[in-house]
Amino acid sequence: MILITDTDPREARMIEAEHLTKRYGDKTAVDDLSFTVVPGRVTGFLGPNGAGKSTTMRLLLGLDRPTRGDARIAGRHYRDLPAPLRVVGALLEARAVHTGRSAYNHLLCLAQTQGIGRRRVDEVAELVGLTEVARKRAGGFSLGMGQRLGIAAALLGDPSVLILDEPVNGLDPEGIVWIRTLMQRLAAQGRTVFVSSHLMNEMAVTADHLIVIGRGRLIADCSTEEFIERSTEKMVVVRTPDADRLGGVLAAEGAKVAAGADGALTVTHMEAPRVGELAAAERIVLHELTPRRGSLEAAFMELTRDSVEYGASAEPGGQGAVPGAAVPPPAPPAEADAASAEGAASAEQGENR
Amino acid sequence: MTAADALPAQPATDPGAFGRPGFGRLMLAEWTKIRSVRSTIWSLILLVVLDLGFTALFVGLTVGQWDKSSAGDHAQIIADPVGTILGSGFSLSQLTICVLGVLVIASEYSTGMIRASLLAVPRRLPMLWAKSAVFALIVLVFGLVVSFLSFFIGAAILHSKAPVAIGDPGVLRAVIGGGLYLAMLGLFAMAIGAIVRHPAGGITGVIAFVLVLAPLAQLLPGSLGDHVHAYLPSEAGHLIAQSHQGKDDLLTPWQGYGVFAAWTAALMGVAAFLLKRRDA
Repeated sequence: MILITDTDPREARMIEAEHLTKRYGDKTAVDDLSFTVVPGRVTGFLGPNGAGKSTTMRLLLGLDRPTRGDARIAGRHYRDLPAPLRVVGALLEARAVHTGRSAYNHLLCLAQTQGIGRRRVDEVAELVGLTEVARKRAGGFSLGMGQRLGIAAALLGDPSVLILDEPVNGLDPEGIVWIRTLMQRLAAQGRTVFVSSHLMNEMAVTADHLIVIGRGRLIADCSTEEFIERSTEKMVVVRTPDADRLGGVLAAEGAKVAAGADGALTVTHMEAPRVGELAAAERIVLHELTPRRGSLEAAFMELTRDSVEYGASAEPGGQGAVPGAAVPPPAPPAEADAASAEGAASAEQGENR
Repeated sequence: MTAADALPAQPATDPGAFGRPGFGRLMLAEWTKIRSVRSTIWSLILLVVLDLGFTALFVGLTVGQWDKSSAGDHAQIIADPVGTILGSGFSLSQLTICVLGVLVIASEYSTGMIRASLLAVPRRLPMLWAKSAVFALIVLVFGLVVSFLSFFIGAAILHSKAPVAIGDPGVLRAVIGGGLYLAMLGLFAMAIGAIVRHPAGGITGVIAFVLVLAPLAQLLPGSLGDHVHAYLPSEAGHLIAQSHQGKDDLLTPWQGYGVFAAWTAALMGVAAFLLKRRDA
């Protein structure tokens, strides 16, 4: 049998948003958003709470109607996909499960709409680790188990496109690693994986590409590396017994210098080699010369500060109000923040509805 | 085993490679949904128990109080024994179908299940039609069983005062009509559930239609009240469970059922329009 298709196999797995706009009354949730998500890599969809990530995903999936613009998956509107679960697997942030129904029957009734057999239902229940509780009512599931059930439903039709809204919410550290590995493997198989998160550090280790939004508008659409490169501030930490003199020399050459509490200098606007050369020329002894990057999480917060919908008001006398501190104190490198990501995930799971 | 191992290395690329699932598959899925929640089981058990219990109770009381009741009451019962029997049973038990009809769809909204349902059937309306068809069939089957049992129990109790047999004119149609009435009532409730999208609100709305509006309409003066009352959905609909048109009825049994069907179709039309239009 010869299959004739008029779609290019790459395009057949793409997600495309064109000038996507959604207004609820006079509130604009998604504002003229255009992007393309391509297969073969994990694309992170990043933004603070209330940035419009969930709404965008609902528009892609045809659950909400765009006020303006267009959303296509595999070159079609979601509603025009003949057997949508076989093309697109979706995990929505708000639970989409009847609490009185068992996990097995939940998966079964979805499978039956697409002509997917019971064997596949058992298979996906097993691969997310729900086999033992599959006959229990989903209402009694923990948040993590509910999330696994949602992922099982997304994988039912062996889809080539995955749209996952905050999949790490409620998962324990083991579960987070599990879902991260799963997404990366799915992408490596040539699938399109589009995953939203409000956690910069989670995305930094999961996603190959980032689409960043704030207040419904596109802020960045680039590789994760490029995003980190572009948005985190480079700095150099210098230790010297002659801190005052070196500080003066560097400042005279245009660098910004801040003295840390432990006697180290934090230098910005100047690269490490130049700092070393200037110290050598002045015959100043250095004990340490370390290039560093600012915290990714801090950079992300900085980038989206203007677009945070439900931000806490800035506390008076907080960071930045310390007199004489020209630059913030050296922040730990990005990886150090990863451990705090889980805590934040469970604390902020109530995003949107 | 990790999840990805269970997936083939090369996913299908053509979104049109899989055909649109047929209506039968959607009905099968809706059958799975309906049979797999407890509210269905309990509502249907309650329907049977309440219907047969109240048939026995009311008909039994009628027979027991026969000598103390008026000649007018006697005449009414003798004129249409099957209507008396079925009406006794349905008076309260029909509420279980009202509740179940609302829950069948509104609980999908209250739990969030509707989003999963609509992701599977993004054109939306086939889901509503499949759900309607499956639910109506289930209620019809239970309604017929309950209606026949109610008739035979009631007829046995009433035998000494107002004998009635299944072969008498209009009786078989009335007993089958009992099942038809409940099936239509189920769809009527489901349509309201789909419009309101909240279980409590939907149930209140249906019960207002079925129990509250009828006595209110009778308070209206003169023939206006009679006409409004006659065309109310459940008042018109239950005429199908009478053997013939009563002397005070403005509509024949089938006309009444037609009015009920028209109400249901109109509400279902509104429900379909809103389902298609609203964000889920």
